Amino acid sequence: MSEPRTIIEKIWDEHVVRREPGEPDLLYIDLHLVHEVTSPQAFESLRMTGRRVRRPDLTLATVDHNVPTTDRSIPNPDPLSAQQIETMRANCKEFEVPLWDIFDIRQGIVHIISPERGLTQPGMTIVCGDSHTSTHGAFGALAFGIGTSEVEHVLATQTLPQGRPRTMAVEVIGTLQTGVTAKDVVLAVIRTIGVDGGIGHVIEYRGDVIRSLSMEGRMTVCNMTIEGGARAGLVAPDETTFAYLKGREFAPAGEDWERAVERWKALVTDEGARFHRTVTLRGEEIEPHVTWGTTPAQSVGVTAVVPKPEEAPTASARETAQRSLKYMDLKAGTRIQDIRIDRVFLGSCTNGRIEDLRAASKIVQGKRVAAGVKAMVVPGSGLVKQQAEAEGLDAIFREAGFEWREPGCSMCLGMNPDILLPGERCASTSNRNFEGRQGAGGRTHLVSPEMAAAAAIAGHFVDVRKL
Amino acid sequence: MKKVSQVAGKAIPLNRADVDTDQIIPKQFLKRIERSGFGEFAFFDWKKDPSFVTNDPRHAGAPILLAQQNFGCGSSREHAVWAIEDMGVAAIIAPSFGDIFRTNCSKVGLVTVQLPQQDVDFLMSRSEELPDAPIVVDVAKQTVTVPGTGWERRFEVDPFVKHRLLNGLDDIGLTLQHVDAIAAFEAKRDPLKPTTEGAFKETAKFG
Ligand code: SF4
Repeated sequence: MSEPRTIIEKIWDEHVVRREPGEPDLLYIDLHLVHEVTSPQAFESLRMTGRRVRRPDLTLATVDHNVPTTDRSIPNPDPLSAQQIETMRANCKEFEVPLWDIFDIRQGIVHIISPERGLTQPGMTIVCGDSHTSTHGAFGALAFGIGTSEVEHVLATQTLPQGRPRTMAVEVIGTLQTGVTAKDVVLAVIRTIGVDGGIGHVIEYRGDVIRSLSMEGRMTVCNMTIEGGARAGLVAPDETTFAYLKGREFAPAGEDWERAVERWKALVTDEGARFHRTVTLRGEEIEPHVTWGTTPAQSVGVTAVVPKPEEAPTASARETAQRSLKYMDLKAGTRIQDIRIDRVFLGSCTNGRIEDLRAASKIVQGKRVAAGVKAMVVPGSGLVKQQAEAEGLDAIFREAGFEWREPGCSMCLGMNPDILLPGERCASTSNRNFEGRQGAGGRTHLVSPEMAAAAAIAGHFVDVRKL
Repeated sequence: MKKVSQVAGKAIPLNRADVDTDQIIPKQFLKRIERSGFGEFAFFDWKKDPSFVTNDPRHAGAPILLAQQNFGCGSSREHAVWAIEDMGVAAIIAPSFGDIFRTNCSKVGLVTVQLPQQDVDFLMSRSEELPDAPIVVDVAKQTVTVPGTGWERRFEVDPFVKHRLLNGLDDIGLTLQHVDAIAAFEAKRDPLKPTTEGAFKETAKFG
């Protein structure tokens, strides 16, 4: 019998093209996703060195970070962003890479469009010049973000030299309370391990709570893995995974489907396989979470108060907490539910999928956004938008006073005109509350779609479990 | 990639933990399609504060950046590395780094040195007090020294990264030496794995 292995090691070993002592493994990449912000310099360098894209048929490009979320028939008012989108088009044409462009219904946030077409499948290695590539781990794929030099490397060789990672098991056992979501689970995980807890590791999420999550929920959890410092996080495939994939455009069909499922079923961590580290959380103890600071680990349950910096465990954590409170203009001891908000952002690769919009729409149905609050919904892709409109969700949001936008990253990072003004406070379903992330001087509180919707109606944070 | 064997000179003591790449280079500068010229926008928002460390003329032109734990966490934007490099920095010393950031540094030849917290704290306070006192990072010997004091620490570096730094080797060039191994791997690859060929197909446009 061979040594018991984790799913992480199984996928890794299957993709090693070359292994030499003293060198990183050369890993084969099954799918390379490309977007307009982190690729121009890579293509330019290919051009300068006279290299081609080795496997355009394992590459897919879209435009998402920069695109306007308003009417796209109006010319893009930002010349720099228009140039970057145009550069993506020209590069895709020259190097024969398929592109889902802004007028294509399949366009959207790169981490949403690949899973929803069934292109993200178990056992694959997937990379993208984007740290939230970890999202694809929800399908039992090894998926991680890379920088532009690595983008160029994958374009030219379809491989990446990679040092073998350490492995971490994050187990969430028991059950969740009603009103507690995948977003709250992952915020609780990051709060537990810290923003640097996962450095050098790949995480396998395990336990009953993880198994009970939908694919959308698993994507939310895996998406934020990078906020805990780990480059990749995954969930072993199971019946939920197979049911989601079956019949999707790029999923195997007919006899191939059965054969593929057989292979995918073998992708589980063997009994007795060892992780370098294991962290366990109890589902029952997880409350709806709200971040109060400027790192995704600075969060508390919605019934709590903003913590005192003095109570942070280390000198550097105390200093970070003080800086965060100053930036966020919050005082220790303030009840989370007394924090008033100005803006609400529903969207991003963390929570811009159809299930997220359905959950939020249930909360806003028949109600009105609080006076003085500006709220917007940005579907994660053209197909999410289309589906939501078919279900009448757009009408529910519009009647409640939300703006209903075209798909893209939007106010998750504010590269387009969707930004917070200095001092504005936002309940956001995105993944980063870094200083200035949503606009210079803007203040971000990360929450679940349900919590964001409820805050839009109330004008301050509320406990969705009480609704 | 350029060769680096030693980085010597004064340092910028950036005494903050969890500095994310959004702070190093904010999004509005990511629209550029060039690789150079990011240095003047490094730490754009923090630099508005006149007391921010990069504004201190005593640290101007320093080739070493001292930082705290989890430096370069967050977004994968390599622009953050290009910005720091463009400031004239050739080595960063910190207790830990964001994984993607650290890899990005290794690809462009920016040296990252991981030292225990107390050693970083020592260098940090020394450079705050004696901004002109040099620090020497020796990649070949894997040491950080403070000349004239006898203070020396050894650091770990991935042997392959070290080899590439010392010889200025381009990663892609190295991998392309193994193009036969890649082709052999492709020949045996699972044919059930998806391709994106179907992605060229036109679909319904937005109405
Ligand atoms: S939605 Fe936000 S986090 Fe996700 S890919 Fe876009 S900018 Fe990055």
